[in-house]
Amino acid sequence: MASIQVEGLIKRFGQITAVDGVSFNVQKGEFFGILGPNGAGKTTIIRIITGIIEPNEGSVTIEGIDLAKNPLEAKMKMGCIPEIGNVYQDLSAWENLDLMGRFYGLSHRERVTRSEELLTALGLSERRHDYVRTYSKGMRQRVSIACAMIHQPPLLFLDEPTEGLDVHSRRVIVDLVKKMNAQGSTIVMTTHNIEEANKLCHKVCIINRGRVIAEEAPEKLRKAYESFQTVEVAFDQKVDLSSFASDHVSRVEACGDKWRFFTDDVDEAIKRIARIREEQGLKIISMVTAGPSLEDVFVRLTEEGR
Amino acid sequence: MSHKPFLRAIFVVGRKDMRIYYRKAPVYIFGLLLPTFLFFAFFVGRQLDIPKYFPGFLAMSLFFTSSSVGPIIVPWEKQAGTFERLLSLPVSVTTIILGDMLAGALFGLIISTFIGVLGIVLLGLSVTNVLLLAVLFVLGNACFAAMGELISSTGGRTPSNVMMLSALVRFPLIFISGVFVSLSEMSGPGIIVAYLSPLTYLVDGLNASMGQSSVIPWAVDILVLVLFMTIFTFGTRKLLQRNLMKGM
Repeated sequence: MASIQVEGLIKRFGQITAVDGVSFNVQKGEFFGILGPNGAGKTTIIRIITGIIEPNEGSVTIEGIDLAKNPLEAKMKMGCIPEIGNVYQDLSAWENLDLMGRFYGLSHRERVTRSEELLTALGLSERRHDYVRTYSKGMRQRVSIACAMIHQPPLLFLDEPTEGLDVHSRRVIVDLVKKMNAQGSTIVMTTHNIEEANKLCHKVCIINRGRVIAEEAPEKLRKAYESFQTVEVAFDQKVDLSSFASDHVSRVEACGDKWRFFTDDVDEAIKRIARIREEQGLKIISMVTAGPSLEDVFVRLTEEGR
Repeated sequence: MSHKPFLRAIFVVGRKDMRIYYRKAPVYIFGLLLPTFLFFAFFVGRQLDIPKYFPGFLAMSLFFTSSSVGPIIVPWEKQAGTFERLLSLPVSVTTIILGDMLAGALFGLIISTFIGVLGIVLLGLSVTNVLLLAVLFVLGNACFAAMGELISSTGGRTPSNVMMLSALVRFPLIFISGVFVSLSEMSGPGIIVAYLSPLTYLVDGLNASMGQSSVIPWAVDILVLVLFMTIFTFGTRKLLQRNLMKGM
């Protein structure tokens, strides 16, 4: 049985269709990423799946429970870190966790034990009784994560969890989420950070204009776009290749002191680069060939949709 | 739906509101200071028949205190970004409304009971129907807490704007509901307008419970307050759900 089943979601805001027939399944224990450009509909999808807003059409099943019919029971199964889901700033971290524990019906002992564990794991135990309004953004986000994990949910939703955070906070959060996933929790995460999605997710779903345009494991997606390979070259002197043209090179772009050639035939591209080297008397300092990154696939897919 | 998570959600929302919003300045300004100033402005230093006007003053203070918490909660939470998190927890729009109402009603109940007991003891006033007084206290506080909720759900996310709207709605009501001019002395369009205000039925019911002249049967007072409370609660639910369908 899938942990989450999403069928034909449609959400309209006036004349705008923000989510247009989205369907996907997330298996138990999977780390599932939802990627998409700004305004693609990622946050709206997460808000619908977590019961924050209702869809115009479609259904969501959480751990076998129909979200529309039994919202409270379905929500008991999940922890959620909404995009703008702040914690209560007029309460301390400890009080916030205690409050969240009460919402999930935890006993006093469970609330105390879990709060101590989480605040220690997130490096907040020394300031547990300070008001959250005195915390940095990274600390507040860590409290937010702890609030979502207080009841050890089988399902965790994270909407841009590491957006705008410092390296330390980002690492602490990523490590904790990875640990939860390793212990069997299903994780659904929206992110702009494609590298993060590539490292963490078992499967990614790319959304554009409210529609699913690809759903696959990151590595399989990259393989599907094998023709989208790159050759990265550094020359010994400045050279302008912006008007470079070849049948097998679709695009050339400058990357710092290097040039990146996007090609469907690495061999032909290298031969063409070698000819330029000869013609212009250049020396190649370095040359790296690479398959498409998830970012390349993402850009290609979302550009196709425009 | 099981009753346990439903009731738990109401009580935890109410507890959260008491913990956070009872300490907010607008609650004290609009819930305590304003009725106190009105008391000084209209009752103190004048040769008034205290037993006759005390039920009206009691109704006014109950009305202001119970309706002062509700208007700040939803806009405050929307502005602070905690409303979205709250909706993701095992709660529903209905449990949020009922939890907020609980916090507002309890605040009003504590303050109005204090004022009521103080008035009765210090001024030596009599209560002819204690049960009716108790029922009206609970019902009145719930009804006006629901009214505060309705004002807060109008869509604004700036607490000061919602408080202004709240003052705009609440102020006229105290002048048309038999607080300063007894209902028995009203006539013509005045009494028709008075019947449109929920506060009128509380003032009249309190008059009945304290042995003063009452123009409406107390059972009708109770029924109309229940009716207003139901309308306010369902109206709030409808507005909040409509706002959620439009987005956050």
